[in-house]
Amino acid sequence: MVNREAVNCELVWHEISNYLEGDVDAALRVAMDEHFRTCQRCASVLEGTRNVVRLYGDERMIEVPAGFSRRLEKRLAHSARVSSRPWPTWSTWLVPVAAMALIAGGVRLANSRTFQPALKSEHAQTGHDIPPDMLVVVSAGANLFHAPGCGVIHNKDKERTLTAKEAMREGYVPCLRCLRKYLDTAAVGHPAALGSEASVEGDADDDLRGGTR
Amino acid sequence: MAEADMVLNNAGKAGTTREQDLIARVQRGQNELFYELVQPYERRVYAAALAILRNETDAEDVVQEAMLKAFANIRQFRAEAKFSTWLIQITVNEALMRRRRERTVVMEGIDDRRDEETDYTPREFADWREIPSESLERKEVRQRLAEALATLDRKYREVFVLRDMEQLNIQETAEALGISVASVKTRLLRARLMLRDLLAGGWEQGWFSRLPFEKGNKPW
Repeated sequence: MVNREAVNCELVWHEISNYLEGDVDAALRVAMDEHFRTCQRCASVLEGTRNVVRLYGDERMIEVPAGFSRRLEKRLAHSARVSSRPWPTWSTWLVPVAAMALIAGGVRLANSRTFQPALKSEHAQTGHDIPPDMLVVVSAGANLFHAPGCGVIHNKDKERTLTAKEAMREGYVPCLRCLRKYLDTAAVGHPAALGSEASVEGDADDDLRGGTR
Repeated sequence: MAEADMVLNNAGKAGTTREQDLIARVQRGQNELFYELVQPYERRVYAAALAILRNETDAEDVVQEAMLKAFANIRQFRAEAKFSTWLIQITVNEALMRRRRERTVVMEGIDDRRDEETDYTPREFADWREIPSESLERKEVRQRLAEALATLDRKYREVFVLRDMEQLNIQETAEALGISVASVKTRLLRARLMLRDLLAGGWEQGWFSRLPFEKGNKPW
């Protein structure tokens, strides 16, 4: 309980803001009310502080720079437009998704072995690590591509020079003789493979025979 | 309840319902309504930013950034909070971050802190009576009030603006500024008493009471 006599001016000034906030207990409020009735100075402080709170709390006290509202509205409108671009419907989704699927499928097909042209010989080996830009020689009617100068080139009068990559794209396979290092030598060296070596040659049997003649 | 109070309450409820409706619509994606939603508070958020930054250009820039942030996070706003308080808190945060970034904070000295701990003694005891709100129609009065506010130390000004101009409560003011409730109360007391002293001269000189339609100057 607050002693009314104990409420002096210093205590009133200390509590005057809380008093205006309604943040003092009932006993202190009663004691302060009594003090304001008898103390002219504290009544003046109370009225003045009340005026300050009321005047500054008025909306008219807040002034914004000229054009402030318009600039804010413009900026928000721009942001709203960017964010408001309608969510794609299923049909608008469909086009990019289909395009991406086609591209992905195309890439996969391009990398797929099934896309490679059928080899001219079913027993042939496609070889490995063949430099794609290496110049090789093929001849019409044959199945192999050769290093230039290979001794088993068939139909030399119909030979043409191209890159290994181009030759492989056309279905030619490396010559067992001159491009052996690019072939699976274990398989080539195996007796069964040797059998297939002859078969691989197909028309190259003649080449080989010709080469050994 | 008095008739006038009922009318005011009904108007307040209608405003709140309209605001809730706007919030819900913006949250559902009607972005073009966002400005309509924040427009009633644009002056208040500007005042909050200006109190912290004391630079009109920076304050405006911060308000725009804060409103964009509010727009981006509108879906996180929950109905139990007060929308105006939410906006002001975002703005205060943004302004405080800007001030920290630009390192414009003047370090408070020990004397400042001691100053806050001691009681403030009013200096002016002129006889005050209620100043009519109409006096705020005069630019001169508004300017004097603004000048008086600008002379306050930053820490007093910020608390005063958030509590007495932005109408945040004591707890919200403390949270927005990251200070204790006790500090808010102490600073608020000093700010109010200092402003009262600063404005006492104006009261004595009569510039609060010189209304445009006072005797001899009637517009009709």
